[in-house]
Amino acid sequence: MTIQDIQSEIVEEFSFFDDWMDKYEHLISLGKDLPLIDTEFKTEEHIIKGCQSQVWLHADLKEGKLLFTADSDAIITKGIISLLIRSFNKQEPDAILEAKTHFIDSIGLKDHLSPTRANGLVSMVKQMKFYALAFKAKTQTS
Amino acid sequence: MERQTAEIREQFPILKTQVNSKPLVYLDNAASTQKPTRVVNAIAQYYNTSHSNVHRGVHSLSQKATQLFEDAREAVRAHLNAESTSQIIFTKGCTDAINTVASGFERLLNKGDEVLISHLEHHSNIVPWQMACERSGAVLKVIPMNAKGELEWSSSLLNARTKVVAVNHVSNALGTINPIREIIADAHAASAAVLIDGAQSTPHFAVDVQALDADFYTFSGHKVYGPTGIGILYGKKEWLEKLPPYQGGGDMIKRVSFKKTTYADLPFKFEAGTPNMAGAVGLHAALGFMQDIGLENIAAHENGLLRYATEELSRIPGIRLIGTADTKASVLSFLLEGAHPYDIGVLLDQMGIAVRTGHHCTQPIMDYFEIPGTVRASFAIYNTMEEVDQFVRGVMRSASMLV
Repeated sequence: MTIQDIQSEIVEEFSFFDDWMDKYEHLISLGKDLPLIDTEFKTEEHIIKGCQSQVWLHADLKEGKLLFTADSDAIITKGIISLLIRSFNKQEPDAILEAKTHFIDSIGLKDHLSPTRANGLVSMVKQMKFYALAFKAKTQTS
Repeated sequence: MERQTAEIREQFPILKTQVNSKPLVYLDNAASTQKPTRVVNAIAQYYNTSHSNVHRGVHSLSQKATQLFEDAREAVRAHLNAESTSQIIFTKGCTDAINTVASGFERLLNKGDEVLISHLEHHSNIVPWQMACERSGAVLKVIPMNAKGELEWSSSLLNARTKVVAVNHVSNALGTINPIREIIADAHAASAAVLIDGAQSTPHFAVDVQALDADFYTFSGHKVYGPTGIGILYGKKEWLEKLPPYQGGGDMIKRVSFKKTTYADLPFKFEAGTPNMAGAVGLHAALGFMQDIGLENIAAHENGLLRYATEELSRIPGIRLIGTADTKASVLSFLLEGAHPYDIGVLLDQMGIAVRTGHHCTQPIMDYFEIPGTVRASFAIYNTMEEVDQFVRGVMRSASMLV
């Protein structure tokens, strides 16, 4: 599936929730289910500091595709991380570099991906793209 | 709701706002209070009828603006019971006021001198002193605190090298009311000057700078129902005269030549450039608002809310109060076991309840408790018992979703 397909799927999934509580409960359960990042990557080197919550992010390249793992100390932040990872995981660097994150707006969680929230998510998206760029450069030179 | 509170709420149109389709419950007052219509109107009227630059023009409008600006200064003097208007300096805010003093002391401090602050300070009463110490070679010392969030004051923290003590009257993160009378008396016995950061005291109870005997007292306009961008530095005359000016520019000079400039008299020596006249006029109206209600009434109302909220919130399983000092004002800081403060803040916001989450610009306090931050509710004169109930229900609901 393309990133766009996955994102449309997520938007549709969320469209079943009429009220905010159900939506957030779903987000919280996604956060709780997010596979844990290897403790070896939960270090200063992989931290993205937000003023409010922080995020750890790690990426690997397998068969030309990126594999992300991440974690956060706040569960709602973690829920959104899980959506971002789902849409970017197992994609090629170019697809990630071109990808947008408007689907977060469409499911009514726009505020969480705003720089003023200071939860580390905006920087996380940036960091995911950096990883894509770095891996792209690496595969081109090797 | 009490009749008086209902009448007060009528003066704050923003309190009728809906947030996320729920009526707003505004409990982020320690960050900034809302503004009554009389403050907004005073600012509009100033611009519509009286604006011109102050202190320089001979024309009528300039004199009118100057008069309003100086009337505001007199209102602040009376509010703090200062001796003279020459001791009331308009600043950009409380942070700016502290920086004015700290940067002045930078040049009065010598290598090895000591500056004593407290563990309970806001970053704005830490960083300016760190900067002054770095540049002067003075040493920064810290008054320790205990697990209740109270300062462990002892006069043995002072010595012959202590030149300044800078402490807040009330902690913004925990609400602790500090024993500043004792600190001031002890510091004076050791010949040290004392700056009191009044950002979180002035919104909640009456302050008498003469009775306190503080050398400097600072506060912010926007936390006392006034506009942003205006703050106050009160200082004792001898200190304000001794302190070098903070910024250079117009209005703060007596005579300028390329050889030498002589500075204006107090308070103008510290007011370089065109001041925030509209802000001063707005602040004047805000202080009038508080005086009309009565500072004792404000304190009594808010203490009632704080007591009730503390009792009700404590009933929720897993709640941990951060800051349980014997004397507190307005602030209720807490954590819920198993939940990050950010998550609680997000869910409360969905219910229309505005609280602050995070470290509240007091990272040393968070480090002491080894926590990432707290959820902070802070009460003002317009808050009601019903809002406290909504808030407590909101926390319970968040707990059921998160834990």
